[in-house]
Amino acid sequence: MFTKQRSRRFGVAITAAAAATVLALTGCASSGDGGGDSGGDGGDANLSVTFLPKNLGNPYFDTSSAGGQEAVEEFGGEFAEVGPTEASPTSQVSFIQTAAQQGVGALVVSANDPEAICDALDEASGAGVKVVTFDSDTNPECRDLFINQATAEGIAKIQVDLIAEQIGDEGQVAVLSASANATNQNAWIEMMEEELAANHPDIELVEVVYGDDDDQTSFDKTAALLQTYPELKGIISPTTVGIAAAARYLSTSEYQGQVALTGLGTPNQMREYVEDGTVTAFALWNPADLGYLAAYAAQALITGEITGEEGDTFEAGKLGSYEVGADGTVLLGDPYVFDADNIGDFDF
Amino acid sequence: MTATTAPPAPPAQPGSSAATRIVSHIFKARETGILIALLAVIVVATTVNPNFLFSSDGFRDLLLTPSLLLLVAVGQAIVIITRNVDLSVGSVLGLTAYLTGRLFIDLPGIPVIAVFLAGIAFGAILGLVNGALVAFARVPALVITLGTLYIYRGINVAWTGSDRINASDLPAAFRGLGTGQILFIPILTIIAVIVLVIAAWVLRNLRSGREFYAIGSDPDAAHLYGLRVTRRILTAFVLSGALAGLSGVLYAARYGTVSSAAGTGLELQAIGAAVIGGVAISGGVGTVWGAAIGAYLLLTINRALPIVGIQDFWQRAVVGALIIGAIVLDRVLALRQHRKLIEAREDVR
Repeated sequence: MFTKQRSRRFGVAITAAAAATVLALTGCASSGDGGGDSGGDGGDANLSVTFLPKNLGNPYFDTSSAGGQEAVEEFGGEFAEVGPTEASPTSQVSFIQTAAQQGVGALVVSANDPEAICDALDEASGAGVKVVTFDSDTNPECRDLFINQATAEGIAKIQVDLIAEQIGDEGQVAVLSASANATNQNAWIEMMEEELAANHPDIELVEVVYGDDDDQTSFDKTAALLQTYPELKGIISPTTVGIAAAARYLSTSEYQGQVALTGLGTPNQMREYVEDGTVTAFALWNPADLGYLAAYAAQALITGEITGEEGDTFEAGKLGSYEVGADGTVLLGDPYVFDADNIGDFDF
Repeated sequence: MTATTAPPAPPAQPGSSAATRIVSHIFKARETGILIALLAVIVVATTVNPNFLFSSDGFRDLLLTPSLLLLVAVGQAIVIITRNVDLSVGSVLGLTAYLTGRLFIDLPGIPVIAVFLAGIAFGAILGLVNGALVAFARVPALVITLGTLYIYRGINVAWTGSDRINASDLPAAFRGLGTGQILFIPILTIIAVIVLVIAAWVLRNLRSGREFYAIGSDPDAAHLYGLRVTRRILTAFVLSGALAGLSGVLYAARYGTVSSAAGTGLELQAIGAAVIGGVAISGGVGTVWGAAIGAYLLLTINRALPIVGIQDFWQRAVVGALIIGAIVLDRVLALRQHRKLIEAREDVR
C-alpha cells in the first residue's frame, strides 16, 4: 500500500514537472517574439535583419549566417537567425509569417522551394519587410533581390571542367544531387548537361540521383550508383552533404582512386578525403562572403539606397562595390577551386 | 498469446518428432514469409546486376547497410511488444552520434571502448527519461516520445550549433570499425547480430523476457497477476535507448560526418522494420528476429530498387506499400487464427 501511494505521488510530481517544462518552452517562444518586437520599433531606419536559411544546423548556412552577422554588426543593425530543422518545401512559411509580424527590416532567405513560400513572402513585403534571397532563389516577383553565389553557368562549368580533367575527358559520369525539387541544383544540372553536350561529347551523363542532403541517403545512393554502373568514371555532387557522403563511401570502397569525385564541398568536410587521395579537387564559393553580401544588400534596401532595379549599385563593406543585374540579381563572383595545395588555408 | 510460438504438437500425431516440429515451426513462423521476400529481392537484384551480391562492395553493403537499423529495430520491437512505442530513437541516435564525435575532439586519445560505453550509457539515460515519463506519469508512449523526439532533436541542434563532426576529427581506428571486416563479415554486422541473438534468447527463454509479452498482451491482467509492469516498461525503454545510443556511436564510425540532422526519420524506419517483421503494433506479438529481418528487407529493397531501375520517386511509395501490406497480412492472419480457435472450441464441445 505504502509503495503504491508513493509511486502515485511520484507520478503526480512527474506530471507537474512535464507541465512545467511545457510552460517553460512556451515561455521561451514568447520571449523570443518580444525580443523581435523591440528590435522592430527602434529608430527611423529599421536595420534589423533576420536570416532564414534552408535549415538550421547546416554548416554551410552556419557559415553564411556568420558572414551575415559580421556585416550586420559592421553597419550597426540587429541580427537574428531563425529556421526549420528540416529543409522541406513548406517548413519556412511559419518563420516568414512570424518575422513579418515582428516587423523586421529585412528578411534574408534561402528558399527551400521557389513557389511554396511565395505567398508568405508577398505578405511580408506588404508589411514593409524587404526580402533578399540568397543561395537558392524564389520566383523573381516574390523578392526584392537575389544574391547569386555564382552564375549557374559558372558553377556548372567549373564542375564539368573538374570532372573532365580528372577522368581524361571521356567515360560515364553520374550526378548525386540534393532533393529532387532543389532549385539551384536542378538549374546547375541542366547547365552541366548542356555544357557536356556542347564541349565534352565523349562524357556520358548516365543518371541523376537524389540524396536529399542526408548523409545516410547520399551514402547509400553512391553505393547504388557504383553498383549499377560498373563502367562509371566519375561522380559530380553539387551539394556539400552529398560530396562528403560520397567521398566517405568511396574512400572505403574498392573504387577508391578509380572513380573520380568532384562537386561543391566545404574544406573542413573534404580535408580527410583530399589528403587520402579520394578527391583531387572540388569547388565552392565562400559562404561567409555570400551572407556578408546579402546582409549589405538588405541594408541598402532598407535605407532606400537602392530599390533593386537593374543598374543600382551599393557598397558591401570589405567586398567592395556591387551592381544589381537583370531580374534583381547580384552576383558574388567566380567559384573557387580547392585542392591539396590550398585546402590547408581554409577553415569553414 | 503470441502467434509465433508453435503450438505443442499433439502426442497422438503420427510421425511427430523434434525434427518435424522444428520444420513445421519454421513454415508456420511469421518471419519465414518476410525472409522469403528478402531472399526474393536479393535474387532479383542479383539477376539484374550480379554486382549486387558478388562484388566485394556489394556483399559488404548488403550486410552492412541494415546493421544500424537492425540495432534500433530490435530495441523498438521490445518496446512495441510491451504495447508502447519509442518515437525518439532517431533523435537519441543523433545526440549520441554527436557526443561520440565530441568525445574524440575534446578528449584526445580517449579509448574507443570508453566512447562506446559512454554512448550506450547516454542512450540508456535518454531512454530512462522516456520510460519514467511513460511508466510513472501513465501518459501514452506515443505522446511522450513524440515530445522527447523534438526535445532531444532541439538539444542536438542547440548543442551542435555551427559545428559538425568531420571524418578528420575521428581516429582512423574508430572509423575502421564502421567499414572493417572480419572474414568478409563487416564488424558492424557482427555487433548487430550478437545483440540480436542475446535479445532473442532473453525474450524467448527468460521469465523477464516473457513478461514483456504478458504486459503487451494485457497490461491490466499482467498488473493483477503481480508482474512488475512499471519496472519492465522502464527496462524496455532503457534497452531501446541504449541500443539507439550504440547505433549512434556506430553511425559516427560508419558515416564519418555527423550533423545535427543525423538519424532524422529513423524512428519511422525502425517501427516500419518491426511491423513488417511481424511485431504487432498493438503489442504482445512478434519477435526481434522478425524486426531484424524487417530491417534487412526494408533497406535491401531501398538498395535494390535503383538497381532494378525503379525511379527515385517511386521508391518511397514501394516502402509504404510494403508496410501497409505487412499490416494487412497481420490482420488477415489474426482473423484466421481467431476463427480457428473458435472452431477448435466448438469441436471440443
